[in-house]
Amino acid sequence: MIEYRSVGKTYDDGSPAVDDFSLVIPSHSTTVLVGSSGCGKTTLLRMVNRMVDPTHGQVLIDDVDIATRGPVELRRSIGYVMQQAGLLPHRRIVDNVATPLRLAGVPRREARERAMDALAKVGLGADLADKYPRQLSGGQQQRAGVARGLVADPNILLMDEPFGAVDPIVRADLQRQLQTLQHELGKTILFVTHDIEEAFLLGDQVVILRKGGVVAQAGSPAEILAAPADDFVRSFVGLDKGRRRLRIAELDGQRVVVDEHGRPAGVLDPTLDRT
Amino acid sequence: MTWARANSDRLVDLMLQHLWLSVVPVVVGFLLALPIGWWASRFARPRAVLLAAGGILYTLPSLPLLVIIPGLIGTSFLDPINVAIVLTLYALALFVRIVADAFAQVSAEVLDSATASGYSWWQRFGGVELPLAGPVLLAGVRVASVSTVSLVTVGALVGVSNLGSLFTEGFQRDFRTEITVGIVLVVILALVLDAVWVLLGRLLMPWTRLRGAG
Ligand SMILES: Nc1ncnc2c1ncn2[C@@H]1O[C@H](COP(=O)(O)OP(=O)(O)O)[C@@H](O)[C@H]1O
Ligand SMILES: [Mg+2]
Repeated sequence: MIEYRSVGKTYDDGSPAVDDFSLVIPSHSTTVLVGSSGCGKTTLLRMVNRMVDPTHGQVLIDDVDIATRGPVELRRSIGYVMQQAGLLPHRRIVDNVATPLRLAGVPRREARERAMDALAKVGLGADLADKYPRQLSGGQQQRAGVARGLVADPNILLMDEPFGAVDPIVRADLQRQLQTLQHELGKTILFVTHDIEEAFLLGDQVVILRKGGVVAQAGSPAEILAAPADDFVRSFVGLDKGRRRLRIAELDGQRVVVDEHGRPAGVLDPTLDRT
Repeated sequence: MTWARANSDRLVDLMLQHLWLSVVPVVVGFLLALPIGWWASRFARPRAVLLAAGGILYTLPSLPLLVIIPGLIGTSFLDPINVAIVLTLYALALFVRIVADAFAQVSAEVLDSATASGYSWWQRFGGVELPLAGPVLLAGVRVASVSTVSLVTVGALVGVSNLGSLFTEGFQRDFRTEITVGIVLVVILALVLDAVWVLLGRLLMPWTRLRGAG
């Protein structure tokens, strides 16, 4: 469990990035922070591995204030995946993926083997292991980034817009893969995105943020759609302009669910139809 | 050719003297510039001051410096160490800017990602920053190396022998062959040294050999 206790961050240049933020992130589930650019998502994410130290408030992992833990040791226990993968351009893919293990003191041979396993897990072939990052496509680099985040089997995985820079088809593929992996591994994932569709797809808990890290609404995707807290949330999730409005249309006596443009979204479950 | 062969022992001596007078300033200047340039790359204000100071240092004429330095540090006028010190200062002045640029062009995302992976400060400096600054640093070493090899010849004017002594002697005795041999040997030395740096770069930075990588 990760807990933010009224944390805030003002950067050296005086700009308050996060004002006063509190949240509990349950273990073994995915929490998504979603908000537009500059609202403080990265700042909040980086408070968990002490890349950013809050100016006030505490962050606790399993009830321990992380300010009491060494930053380097803490980071080695937490997976991190970022946009553009952030792979080291001068190291081969397998060495990149093995980095967290090598830093933790795992012997070279074993680290390499585990890195190869992690690559396989994210769907990268062994033939790519000895290539350098720039020899891979954006999607492949992003997979390698996920493999690096998972290789040391951390309990916590931080993901900062990890699929933001790849094209929509690859993104959908990566999202599906993450869902599959999470189903199998049950990590505590804190995921940051500006894309509400991605937030609803991946999040067990979704936290919609305004500027300054102010929580507009937190809840499951269904809870947010069922009862948006205010006009900001309604507009952010796209309920304002009639989007996400599904209705039932009758077609040759069959009841089909269609979206706001009349395009079919599915049919009503016939077992429910009876009742 | 006959003259060169007859004097080959002396030419080898001059070449070795020239070699160390070139290599020591480049290496020492580089090592001194590394922390200074790194610092300048991180902070805007020291950067401006340091680069300006480096620029001024670089424009100081070498001959007066060669006369002043012995008085300052108490060496004899003929001591080759004076030449080594002056050339180290020039190399330092040249390197500070190059080192600052080399570290400044390392991607901030890559550094963040290394930090997030659990690199300590020193591990990140040695394992990520330095290698990624490497290609620009290497280019700087090559420039400094060639310019230092040619600057060493000035030492001959104050009586510190090196390949430049062949020019001064050749002029005094109006002996063209000696001047030509001097020029050819200086050029060869500069080229050989340059090849050594390139080779060293290939060994230390294998990823740069990749096509399209940089
Ligand atoms: N290192 C920094 N120094 C100064 N201001 C920063 C720094 N990092 C972020 N900020 C500012 O803090 C605010 C929040 O940034 P960030 O957490 O990166 O938002 P997001 O990830 O949601 O785009 C922005 O206004 C940004 O300009
Ligand atoms: Mg961000």
